[in-house]
Parts: sequence; structure tokens; C-alpha cells
Amino acid sequence: MADKNIDLEKNNNPQENTGNMFENENELNEDQRVKILSPGMLVVKRFIRNRLAIVGTVILIVMILFSFIGGALSPYAENQSFYKTSDVAKDYAAAALNNEPQFYYANGVEFENTLVKFEIINAVSQNKTYLKGKDYFYTVTEAGEGFYLIARAEEAATVKLDQNGTAISSEYAQDISSELEEAFMGCITSGEDNLSFEGKDYSVVSMADNTYTLCVAEDVGVSTRKVISLLDKNEKLTFEFMRDFELALNDKKNEFEFDGATYTVEEGNSFDIINKNGEEYACVSDYSIQSTVSGGKISVDEMASIVDAITSRKTEYTNPDGVLCSITNKDTRYTITTDKKTRILDTHAKPSKTHWLGTDKDGMDNLTRLMYGGRISLFIGFVVVIIELLIGVILGGIAGYFGKWVDNLIMRIVDIVICIPAMPIYIILGSIMDTNQVDAQMRIFYLMFVLGILSWPGICRMVRGQILSLREQEFMIATEATGISVRRRIFKHLIPNVIPQLIVIATMDLGSIILTEATLSFLGLGVKFPYASWGNIINAVNDSYVMTHFWFEWIPAGFLILLTVLGFNFVGDGLRDAFDPKMKR
Amino acid sequence: MKKFIIKRLLLAIMILFFVSFIIYALMRCLPTSFVEALANKKAQAGGSKTFAEWMAQLNAVYGLDKGLFDGYGSWISKAITGDFGESWKFTIPVTQKFADVIWYSFVLNVICFILEMGISIPLGILAARKQYSRTDYTITTIALMGISLPSFFFATVLKLIFCVKLGWFDLFGVVGKYHEQLNTPLEKILDMGWHYILPVVTLTIVSIGALMRYTRTNMLEVLNSDYIRTARAKGLSEKVVINKHAFRNTLIPIVTIVGGMLPGLFSGAMITETLFGIPGIGYTSYQAMVEGDIPFTMFYMLFLAILTLLGTLLSDILYAVVDPRVRVN
Repeated sequence: MADKNIDLEKNNNPQENTGNMFENENELNEDQRVKILSPGMLVVKRFIRNRLAIVGTVILIVMILFSFIGGALSPYAENQSFYKTSDVAKDYAAAALNNEPQFYYANGVEFENTLVKFEIINAVSQNKTYLKGKDYFYTVTEAGEGFYLIARAEEAATVKLDQNGTAISSEYAQDISSELEEAFMGCITSGEDNLSFEGKDYSVVSMADNTYTLCVAEDVGVSTRKVISLLDKNEKLTFEFMRDFELALNDKKNEFEFDGATYTVEEGNSFDIINKNGEEYACVSDYSIQSTVSGGKISVDEMASIVDAITSRKTEYTNPDGVLCSITNKDTRYTITTDKKTRILDTHAKPSKTHWLGTDKDGMDNLTRLMYGGRISLFIGFVVVIIELLIGVILGGIAGYFGKWVDNLIMRIVDIVICIPAMPIYIILGSIMDTNQVDAQMRIFYLMFVLGILSWPGICRMVRGQILSLREQEFMIATEATGISVRRRIFKHLIPNVIPQLIVIATMDLGSIILTEATLSFLGLGVKFPYASWGNIINAVNDSYVMTHFWFEWIPAGFLILLTVLGFNFVGDGLRDAFDPKMKR
Repeated sequence: MKKFIIKRLLLAIMILFFVSFIIYALMRCLPTSFVEALANKKAQAGGSKTFAEWMAQLNAVYGLDKGLFDGYGSWISKAITGDFGESWKFTIPVTQKFADVIWYSFVLNVICFILEMGISIPLGILAARKQYSRTDYTITTIALMGISLPSFFFATVLKLIFCVKLGWFDLFGVVGKYHEQLNTPLEKILDMGWHYILPVVTLTIVSIGALMRYTRTNMLEVLNSDYIRTARAKGLSEKVVINKHAFRNTLIPIVTIVGGMLPGLFSGAMITETLFGIPGIGYTSYQAMVEGDIPFTMFYMLFLAILTLLGTLLSDILYAVVDPRVRVN
């Protein structure tokens, strides 16, 4: 043991060694043994000497670790979406300036036809007080500023008088008692407008030509310019309420009774507040204000502050809960928005400590997607290379060994397969799978299968060419002489001699397959969401906003493809040089 | 020689026959649901033919209602006369659309081809002469990077830098916004040339690698051969050795492979054209394929197959023509 160690030490020092060598000439010395390297070791040595090949190897190791180990180390899953809470301006309420008179009609009133309604509206805007429908009269009385009472009257009697005041003709619509008739005549002479008779209200309307009409009057509606925004959206404003409210307002009363409740009116600058039994009930202003949130209520105080803000042209106000609301204006419409904390997808997030490369459009962590994407891209590369090696080696081996018509047949098949345009077929297949909505995982299998089926001819040609020349060598004659079976001759004695070239071609092909897969995925025809692949990560640039603003989403994937393919090419190149020392000068 | 060429031609025609049969069979393999869904979608568009008419037209051109071999026979007999039917997407005869767009691709490819020759052959020879020097490593690295560069990614990066950040070029299209207002034909050509810059750069960078490495490998082989040693032994200057003895011999494989590349000038660059909006054959056929335009796709696939065949044929023949040492049997 000790002797050996000394020997080894001496070996490390060649100058001392020289003497030693002559002494044990017949022994196989350690340093002699080192000099005679096995062919495999020679290749390794030559490979290591090639700097580019080493760079390529390092790149590949890093990539494989990144993809296969990285995915396991990453705290996130491939399809994990991230959320953030953010202030989103949400529509909160809407207000509209009202210029038009508002009409409220009594419940259950049926007009003769819709035309009458229009005529009433016309009458209000044109300040007419009287109009005649088919069966009824309508009177529009201005009872306050912008406030009109609309009454419907049924003719009970019409009397036409001559200049002396005697009736020259009279018409009675219904049977009316003589007492009423007398009272009616009395009213005409005294010039009174209203008549109460047996608990019924009548009005006497005087018209041109000394004609007087006795009508049964009934209030059917009001028209007002004020807008009352109710606290409770579900409650409806009734005509009676509007009438009583306006009448009270006109009488300068701040309090009125309606339907058994007491309402008080507080006057403000540009708004009034109505309280019902001491509780807030509605806000009166020129604006109609409504909550746009379903089931939401806007307190009367808040309505008042909205109106206040709008009239003083402010764009913000603080609501009673202390939340800042902003008002945007478009013509006479105002939208009130408030920032609400909402949980949304954390899309296109900038790189940060939690997401080193930010997040993508689905709020998924980019770095994690890159790791899983690398797994799929590399996996597809390996599987396709295995498929093409299998087909290529078997067919190439058979063609090369048997020659003659077998060779001819197989080579023609190779010619045909080479001629089949691969890219169009991938694209059509992709769009068929799109139409038939093939499952994302099945797509990957189909993709690998088709890529493999169409890329073997290169390997087949190379294997056949090598075997054609190897077949003629002496060791093949030896195998024939020893009676080894044909299968063993091809796959045990011929193919192993082609392995160096196979390794080189397989390494280079891995790179080009990864490129093809990336291109297809980029076009949206290869690997599809939810699976990540480097190609479909870059697919995000189809949205030009992503391309220009979120470099961290697609640039890294592109560099990973470049580096990986470069790594395979460096290694393949280095291996070729290492296997084939003839290339050295 | 004549016999060889005729033999190769006959072989090529036979291969073409099989390839076209495979392409036809692939089309027949399309799921019926896919074809019918397409025809249905077409029929629903306003002012279009009815579903039955679409299917009838398809049957007429492709013999879908006949057996595989009968259908192929009727299709190929029409195709030989140049009748490929009417494109579904472009609603004009396929060959007419092809004639409209092919020159965009051809010009693009020719420019790239010339640049590729001009850059990769000298660099490849330089790298071989200084094998394992820093120059060699640099050139090899550049070549391999070009091969490894995904064209879609490179094109997008170029667009980001030169179109978006610097604003020198338009993002899409082959002509500028005011192309029609330009006065002289020269200005119009310059405008188109400007739009061709980025696609040309993309295609050239991506494609120089392969030829550069091919040149380097062959030049190395030549430089290692005996006649170069003899030339050196004769005392010829290095210049003469490289330019006369070595270069001419390197040209043999290069001319062969370059000749094989010539038909490819018509094949279009699908990805680059699509990304830059160059309305060439690549972009057009990509649109057609994605939307399932069967007539156009069939034509394009057959066209590509013919180009590939022509390429191999040309390089085989050139190999025999250029190198007198090759004995033809």
C-alpha cells in the first residue's frame, strides 16, 4: 500500500520518474497506463478541452435543474393564480339634473286615451288652464311655483245665458236635483267657482259666450319641478303625498300630515329634507339621486351633500361614513363613484420579492410558469428524439444491412417523408384540435407523435450511410463466419459503431425540436393553457400592450429557449469534434 | 449525364406522385366534423352559398364522395392542369391568389439569400483558417446563436426596439401609411424597401448559421487534405493556397447545397412574414391554414413538396456537374 503511494507520488513528478522507468521496463507502470487512454476517455478529454462545449454543458445542466428541480422547489403551483386587494372605483350612485316637470297621477285613474296625457303635459308647459277631452274636462291650475294641480271634471250641467242673465239653453248631463240647479245658478250670479252640495264638490267653470259649466271635479294629478329622492328606493311617491307636500310648502308650513304620519320639511340651500315622524324620509332638490348598488340606500344627509357638491361644482365629497366619493359629470348626469376594496387577479404584476419575474395575464407567477414550461419543452424534446431514433435506427439499419431492393424501398420512403411539408401539417393539426377542442394533455401527446413521425428521415439516412460502409469491414465477415443472427449482427455489431454520430445528431435535434415546439406553441397551436411552455408564454406578446409594457413576461422565456437550444448545439458541436478527431489540424 | 438526369427526374415524379397521394390522404383524414363545421360556418356568413353548396363544391374538387383512389385520381387530374379550385378564404382561384402574393416572398427571400451568401461563406472560411482561435470561437458562437434563435422571439424583440421604442419602422405591413400619395415609383420602392429591413434582418440572422458552419466544416476538410499539404510543400504563398487551391475545392459542396436552396426562395417565411405583416405566400398560407381553407392549403402543401423535390434534384445534378470526380452510374 505504502509502496503504491510512493509510486503515485513519483508519477506526479515526471522528471524523477524517468530513471524509474528504465528500472522496471517490463512492468506496466502507472504513468504508462495513464498515457494509454481508452477511446471513450479520449473523447471525454477532447470534449473537456473544447470551451464552447463546456459552456453548453453548463447551460444544459442549469436548464435541466431549473426546469425539473426548480418546479419542485418553487413555492407556487403551475396554475396558481394570485389575487390582490385593490381600490377599484365602483359605481355607487347616480344623480341627474331635472329640468322637466314631473307628473304624478292618482292611483287607478284611467285616462280616455294617451293623447290626453300628452295634452296635459303640453298644457302645463304652455300655461293653459283648461282643455277638453272626449268625455271629461281637464283643468290645470298653477298652485305654486312650478307646481300645477291637474283636475278632471265631468260635466254635470251646462248653462248658456243671454246678456240679461237669463238662461237661454241648458243641458244636463245627468239627472240633477232642482236644488243643485238652483245652487248652480246662484253660483253663476255670485261668481263663485266652487260649490259644495250634499258632500260633493263641484266647480263652476265659466267659458266664452257666457256659458257656464257645472262639473264634478276630482284631483287626478300634480305636476312639479321638484325631485324627491326617497331614502327607500322601493317606496313609491304617491300623487296625494306630492299634493299635500306642495300645498304645505306653498302655505309656508313646515309640517303636514299625510296618511296618519307627520312630515316635517327642513329647508336647506339647494335642497329640502323631509322627515317622516322625525325620521329622515326624502330629499327634495333639482336632482334625482339613486343608489346604483343593488339594495343600497343613500341616506338623506348624503343626498343633501351630493346635491351640495354638485351645485357648488365640487368633484368630491365625503359621505357620512367618512368615505371619499368622487363625482364625474357628463351633461346633466352625474356618476358618483367610490373606491372599494376588491379582491382581483394580480395580473401583470411587476417583479417583486414574492414574484421574482412578476405575474402574467392570469395572475400566475412567471418564474414558476417558466420552470414548468421548461419541463414540458425538454420533455417533448426528449420523447420526440427517442421516437425518431427508434424509427430512424431500425429503418436505417435494415436498409443499410440488406441493401438492394430493401434499401431502395426504404430510401424512397425517406424521400417521400422528407417531401411532406411538416410545418403546414403541424398547423392544420393544431387548428383541427382547436375545432374539436382536444384536451390540453392529449394535444401534447399528439404533438410529440407527429413531430416524431416527421423527423426521422435524417437519422435514417445517416445510419444507412454509415452501415453501408461498415458492412464491408472485416469484423462483419467475422460475425457472419461465427453464425451470429442477422438481428444481433445489425443491432449488436453495426449500430454501436454508429452511436457517436447518433449522439451528435440526437443532441442537435433536441435543440431544433424545442425550437419547433416553441414556434408552434407561440402560434397557439402547440402546448396550450393550462400547461405552460416557453413558446406559449411568449404568445402573450400577441397583446401588443404586454409586448411594450411588460418585458418581464416574455423576454425571459425567449432567452431560455435561446440558451437551451444554444446549449444543445454547443454540446452537439463539441461532441462531433470530440468523436471525430480527423477535423483537427 | 443525360441518362442520370432523366433517371433522377423520373424518380422525382414518382416521389411527387406518392407525396401528393399522402397529402390527399391526409386531407381525407380530416375529421368529417371539422370539414362540416367549416362549411357550416362559411354558409352562415351573409350572402354566402348554402351548406349543401359548399359541400357540393368540395366534393366536386376533391371527390370526397368517391373512394380514396378515385377521389385522388379526379383531384390530381385537375391539379395537373393547374385547377386547384377556389380559395375559401380569399374567394378567388387559388392560383390567382398565389400569383398575387408570391413575389413579396420571393423578393424577401432573394435579398436574404444574397446577404446570407455574402456573410456566411467568407466568415465560414475565415473560421476554418483560424481554427480554435478567438475568431473561430466568435464566429462559431454567432453561427450557433443564429441557429438557436427562435425567429418569432427575435422578430418580436426587433419590433419592440425599432418599431415601438425608436419608432423607425411600422409594426405591420409592407407599405407605409402614405404609400399611395408618394409621387414617383422610386419613392414607392424605397418605402417598400424600408418596410423590408426588419424582416430581412430577422431572416438573415436566423439563417446564416447553417451555411456558415457548413462552409467551415468543408473548408476544414479541404485544408486537411493531401493536395493542400502538397501545395504548401511546393512553397506557394498562403494566399494562393487558400484562394486558389482550397477555396475552389470548398466550392463544390457549397455550390451543391446552395443550388438545393434555390427552389426554397419561393417557399416563403411563414413566421417572419406573419409577424411583420408581409403579404407573401407564407403569411397568406398561414391565414389559410389556420382558418381551414382546404383548397389553398392543399395547393401550398403540394407546392412545398415540389420545391423540396426540386431542391434535392438540383443539388444532386449540380453535384455531378460541378465535381468531375463524381462518377455517375
